Amino acid sequence: MTEYEEHRYDVIIIGAGGAGLRAAIAAREAGMRTAIICKSLFGKAHTVMAEGGIAASMGNANSNDNWQVHFRDTIRGGKFLNNPRMAELHAKEAPDRVWELETYGALFDRTADGKISQRNFGGHEYPRLAHVGDRTGLELIRTLQQKIVSLQQDDEKESGSAEGKLKVFAEVTITELLQDETGTIAGAFGYYRESGRFVVFRAPAVVLATGGIGKSFKVTSNSWEYTGDGHALALRAGSTLLNMEFVQFHPTGMVWPPSVKGILVTESVRGDGGVLKNSDGKRFMFDYVPDVFRKQYADNEPEADRWYTDPEHNKRTPDLLPRDEVARAINSEVKAGRGSPHGGVFLDIASRRTPEEILKRLPSMHHQFKELADVDITAEPMEVGPTCHYVMGGVEVEPDTAAAARVPGLFAAGEVAGGMHGSNRLGGNSLSDLLVFGKRAGDGAAIYVGGLQGKYPNATDESLASAAATALAPFNEQGGENPYTVHQELQQTMNDLVGIIRTRDEVQSALDKLQGYKDRAARLTVEGHRQFNPGWHLALDLQNMIWVSECIARAALIREESRGGHTRDDFPAMSAEWRQKNLVCSIDGDSIAVIEQPIPSLREDLLALFDRDELSKYLTEAELPALTEEPA
Amino acid sequence: MTYLAKFRVWRGDDKGGDLADYKVDVNEGEVVLDIIHRLQATQSGDLAVRWNCKAGKCGSCSAEINGRPRLLCMTRMSTFTEEETITVTPMRAFPVIRDLVTDVSFNYRKAREVPSFAPPANLKPGEYRMQQVDVERSQEFRKCIECFLCQNTCHVVRDHEENKQAFSGPRFLMRIAELDMHPLDTADRQHQAQDEHGLGMCNITKCCTEVCPEHIKITDNALIPMKERVVDRKYDPLVWLGSKIGRRS
Repeated sequence: MTEYEEHRYDVIIIGAGGAGLRAAIAAREAGMRTAIICKSLFGKAHTVMAEGGIAASMGNANSNDNWQVHFRDTIRGGKFLNNPRMAELHAKEAPDRVWELETYGALFDRTADGKISQRNFGGHEYPRLAHVGDRTGLELIRTLQQKIVSLQQDDEKESGSAEGKLKVFAEVTITELLQDETGTIAGAFGYYRESGRFVVFRAPAVVLATGGIGKSFKVTSNSWEYTGDGHALALRAGSTLLNMEFVQFHPTGMVWPPSVKGILVTESVRGDGGVLKNSDGKRFMFDYVPDVFRKQYADNEPEADRWYTDPEHNKRTPDLLPRDEVARAINSEVKAGRGSPHGGVFLDIASRRTPEEILKRLPSMHHQFKELADVDITAEPMEVGPTCHYVMGGVEVEPDTAAAARVPGLFAAGEVAGGMHGSNRLGGNSLSDLLVFGKRAGDGAAIYVGGLQGKYPNATDESLASAAATALAPFNEQGGENPYTVHQELQQTMNDLVGIIRTRDEVQSALDKLQGYKDRAARLTVEGHRQFNPGWHLALDLQNMIWVSECIARAALIREESRGGHTRDDFPAMSAEWRQKNLVCSIDGDSIAVIEQPIPSLREDLLALFDRDELSKYLTEAELPALTEEPA
Repeated sequence: MTYLAKFRVWRGDDKGGDLADYKVDVNEGEVVLDIIHRLQATQSGDLAVRWNCKAGKCGSCSAEINGRPRLLCMTRMSTFTEEETITVTPMRAFPVIRDLVTDVSFNYRKAREVPSFAPPANLKPGEYRMQQVDVERSQEFRKCIECFLCQNTCHVVRDHEENKQAFSGPRFLMRIAELDMHPLDTADRQHQAQDEHGLGMCNITKCCTEVCPEHIKITDNALIPMKERVVDRKYDPLVWLGSKIGRRS
């Protein structure tokens, strides 16, 4: 008989980043007894790494901004593959979610008239990102953390118990979702990192807010937690993932020294005037403006430079094209031999802004380069290159409630959910996504639980025993492999073969290798005991990374076109037929099955936000005639 | 550029432990956390260490390197000579869980004792107006990544477990200062700081400022101004008279 600690809640939230904390606040405010389960310490989630800002069309910097413009930018950025309902809800609700943060105590940078300041960012037509210098993610996480504490203080005053209605379980990793015989959610099973002891949460609703998958790739801006846990938990519970072939490589990660390769260099550097240059000193982005973006981006330096101060009369600089375009451009420059000494390109703000301005606007970038690379960004250019940053794909959800497909009681929000960003996410749309859909997931879970009228599903005893046995397997295996070795090989494979540029043969060879890792990962051996044992933790996380990697590779093999975060060298063009389809992954036996599924079409009033000429670049002939004539 | 470095890392748990000696490869540009990771991957798979972002932004990998409180991810190996033995130990002010991982729950308890932001009752979301110059003071303190190195180094608690009850430490005294300086906060923070969080125990030796990886001027900009505000109030004859008459608390 396995020993475990047991808790009962109405809603449990797996993940304590922006989405998880916002979901917890919503669930608690709806009267749910709520538990937040955090893989790290409370307040350390990967959200702290977000630098640039939160996109919300508050119109503080340019009063022409509104939700329709934000929606249009988001759909353009995602190359028309976004779930339109999600993009609509997101654009409409983001301003309220940002203003709400001020009531929790957030202190954003201000405009001259005392409102929240908004900055330019790639793909956003107007300055739209609410920010705090270049540490916006930290402000977001700390604000939500402090709101959770404030709710606990209220509870303590009311009932004498601070943790009675809302409790944070820090350094707990969930390894299985618990379900009843019908597959309905009944809770979750996990372990305390500190002691290795098992813990069971019985609850009728689970919100996944586990973030992304970057640790499957070698060069990544993501932290150790980003092992695709929520993606894999959803799959194993019988739910589906969509758009997994779309992985965002952020164009600007550090490239040197080797130990920091991949660490993010915020897009704000370019938003605030920084430009990309190759080894000839040329601003090469002007050579990479794709047809679909010619109307919005300048084709010469003087106009691009005027745009910073006069955006009404000039087109924007191509340094601020959506991330997929910039990442591919850098990749091409390096391949053509015009890269920087350490295999990146130059990002220069030193020659364009005064040291005072740089220190004021980009303090953490200055700090990061000074401390880690011995580079003073007020005096010399940075060296940057693409880094795995974000997965657009994720759990297939119902947009309004964030309910996951096929599994009653399961919800997902933030990076772990799919659809919102289509094939490519705009910078700044992640933090707003966390807030908008975090709240919706918490509300959705509360409504679902309310509908059960106290009849909560029960997990079977066998499912508990099997969860425990699976978690302990690496201790029982003798003479198996070291999890660190398999992990390193997996990262190298994904980086080399399913990275920023893909071909059929390479992806196929990655799938063959993945089969090998799967077999090896079934026989891992870890040393030591269960107390705070990183080798054991990795052995368990590795299983998730392998499932997720297989989804990415299988979908990448099937989608024979290039769009957003999926570039096939053998199919370099965007295809209007492929635009109509999502690829949906599920588990079938011991491998991943992928099916095609039509994507929901844009409502007429939303379609009318684009002119016919632009639509004709994305949609099929058959979709076009249904349109009314181009608006005057 | 690769060389073999000598490392001594504290291994053990709440029952005790000792320094273990290692020889391990170091490459150009690496930080101490890289070396700890290499030890995990090649020599000691169960070596416990906390870390998340590896970019100095999350404040998880706090420890002591050659006796100095530091972030493992922001300490470059090039700051040591190749001959030097580098000793890595857990933070001393907190109970050890295992190896380099300590129990920092003290900090989360203290965080919950600080009353939250109290905005004006009738101010609606979206109506907040503040000037940049007024938010900047609190913004400096909100750069805090909660690495707790200041809590670890503060001599009021570092070797005085008995003070932990009455003293919240620099991190949370700074949090109170942050709220006090928030342009829209309406609560009385000054009495709290003095009476409930032990501001008076701080004798401004600036150790906290010295170890802060975010270079926040904790002592000069948060603790000393807070002390001045408390003193202004406590010894201002008019305020004293007012409080005697009973109109002010």
